[in-house]
Amino acid sequence: MADDVTIIVDGITVTVAQGTTLRAACDTAQHTVPTLCWHPNLEPANACRACVVEVKGSRTLVASCSRLVEDGMEVQTASDRVTHSRKVVAELLLSTSNADLAPDLQHLADISGANSERFAGGDTWEQPIQDDNNLYIRDFSKCILCYRCVEACGEDAQNTFAISVAGRGFQAHIDAGFGRELPESDCVFCGNCVAVCPTGALIGKAEWVLRRQGQWQEDRITTTDTVCSYCGVGCELSLHVMDNRIVKVTSPMDHPVTHGMLCVKGRYGYEFAQSEEG
Amino acid sequence: MREVRRLLPPLDIISAPTSMQRLKDRGFSRAMERVLGMDPRDIIAEVKASGIKGRGGAAFPTGFKWESVYEAPGGNRYVVMNADESELGTFKDRALLEYDPLGPLVGMLIAAHAVGAKKAYCYIRGEYRPIERQMVNALQTLADCGWVGPHAVEVEVRRGAGAYIAGEETALLNSIEGKRAEPRVKPPFPTSKGLWGDPTLIQNVETLANVTLLFAHDVEWFRQCGSPQTPGTKLVSLSGHVKNPGVYEVPFGFPMADIIADPELGGGITGSGRLRAILLGGAAGTFLSPDQISATVLDYGSLGTFDASIGSGAIMVFDDSVDLSWVLRKLAHFFADESCGQCVPCRIGTRRIVEMLAQGGLYSRVQDLRDLAQAMRDASICGLGQTAPTALLSILDRPNWQGA
Repeated sequence: MADDVTIIVDGITVTVAQGTTLRAACDTAQHTVPTLCWHPNLEPANACRACVVEVKGSRTLVASCSRLVEDGMEVQTASDRVTHSRKVVAELLLSTSNADLAPDLQHLADISGANSERFAGGDTWEQPIQDDNNLYIRDFSKCILCYRCVEACGEDAQNTFAISVAGRGFQAHIDAGFGRELPESDCVFCGNCVAVCPTGALIGKAEWVLRRQGQWQEDRITTTDTVCSYCGVGCELSLHVMDNRIVKVTSPMDHPVTHGMLCVKGRYGYEFAQSEEG
Repeated sequence: MREVRRLLPPLDIISAPTSMQRLKDRGFSRAMERVLGMDPRDIIAEVKASGIKGRGGAAFPTGFKWESVYEAPGGNRYVVMNADESELGTFKDRALLEYDPLGPLVGMLIAAHAVGAKKAYCYIRGEYRPIERQMVNALQTLADCGWVGPHAVEVEVRRGAGAYIAGEETALLNSIEGKRAEPRVKPPFPTSKGLWGDPTLIQNVETLANVTLLFAHDVEWFRQCGSPQTPGTKLVSLSGHVKNPGVYEVPFGFPMADIIADPELGGGITGSGRLRAILLGGAAGTFLSPDQISATVLDYGSLGTFDASIGSGAIMVFDDSVDLSWVLRKLAHFFADESCGQCVPCRIGTRRIVEMLAQGGLYSRVQDLRDLAQAMRDASICGLGQTAPTALLSILDRPNWQGA
């Protein structure tokens, strides 16, 4: 087809549609690149640099999440420069943030052979947990500043724009405006930021409490898909149930109605279903 | 030598810097009138023939940039004058805008005419408030001539808020749009998708001043100064252990050592009187040893043999009492403070460099520093993170140099 573009990924010739990202083209070649900040339903933020690849003729490495294919591009997904940068990115993040609930970061560290101690010993993002509302917890010691929450809160999903990045350099952080607590901010508690957070820095309060009590056990959790009963939009809900109680509500990221996003009622208004009162 | 004065006005000029008379005295009105009678393609061809390269640091051929914007599909087009001069040791745009602001501003209007822009922005460093007033007065003079305004080119002045990163061209665009000054990923380049997604030409103050001089004269006159590869003159900001610090204009190809030593220029080393090094190009620049200084001229090819570049034209001179590892620690702090925080290699890398240098890691953790520097150069989004380790590497690459 005229709109197709042919590129070479690690020696493999791949033909994809114009407008495809390098990341997707690498997927097509089955040479998947690791990602942290990239999310299928959000605009690429280009922030983590885990997905960099080497493009012939380019002075620097290229973030494959956002760069579009151009005819004749020659791409390497595992050159020495690429694997070196991935490893350093993982080491830098591990030296700063708590990766206990960050499977993608743990995976990046594993495949790149990162040494978590190499750059450790300096400043970290360790800080008190922000527990200022009944619906979700903000534990920024786990944050890797991937921008996913900002994008989900903004024009990629919710269009509320309650949070943004404030400060700069190592002090850059997610902020609800002038350091306000969430109830005082523009937050509408849709929890879409929580849904896209890859590190557990944003986590539903019910899950956080159970984890703290040592009672959160993935193998005891079942999910039941249903349709939200609050309004007529028809959002698909996945009810995560442990011991016959709903402990979390999500929506499938590939669902055509929600794209994984919900409102405060669908995501957090489930207590009535398990209320003992008539 | 006698200092060349082309970009800088002659010392005996008596007209006020923002006056109508100055426009005439300097040939700027002649330049503007000539351009208004030209086809955009001819203007661009003349800029290309002049060989002007961008003076902000990247030295991209100016005419080719103009052509890209001219040919880019899209309705609105913009021109931006980057006066967010923030590179350490760099104060030449400030001198230009103070002593001869009509030069760069007319260059901006010429650029707007060439690429078909009806709107231009002057993005000026927030700390340059007195300079900004001078610039606004100069814009009023140009409005009185009918060259600035709703029926010509509308010009808006935007003030930076103290961020080094806002001088990076795509961060600057975000700042103008009212967003956080974070760099955008390139491509797409601003020439095709700049302000509000439209083709945008961004040029440094000094580049635009060169454009005005070109059209006040012609290509042949312009190329009389400088080297065949890089025609014209360069403003250098000389500071540190030098007798006469200040802004000087020298032709490209001028010996580096003479900039420091010539009695009419730097006038020689002060302090101990013995030169240890210069830092060329500001915080993102390269250290040059006395041997290298003697072996180079102010041109990209010559300096390239030592992996150095002119950058913004900042030359910081250090005598042999200065511990260059102390300078490196200062530079590391600067980058850690000025990183926007968007990408991991720069946000965390700049902090780790500060920490490693504070612990004496320049000597003990060379491999870790090199590995970190490589990832920052390769994987940072913008020039800040990519060049933050440059000065450090220029020291590490010369282990036997008695500098650090």
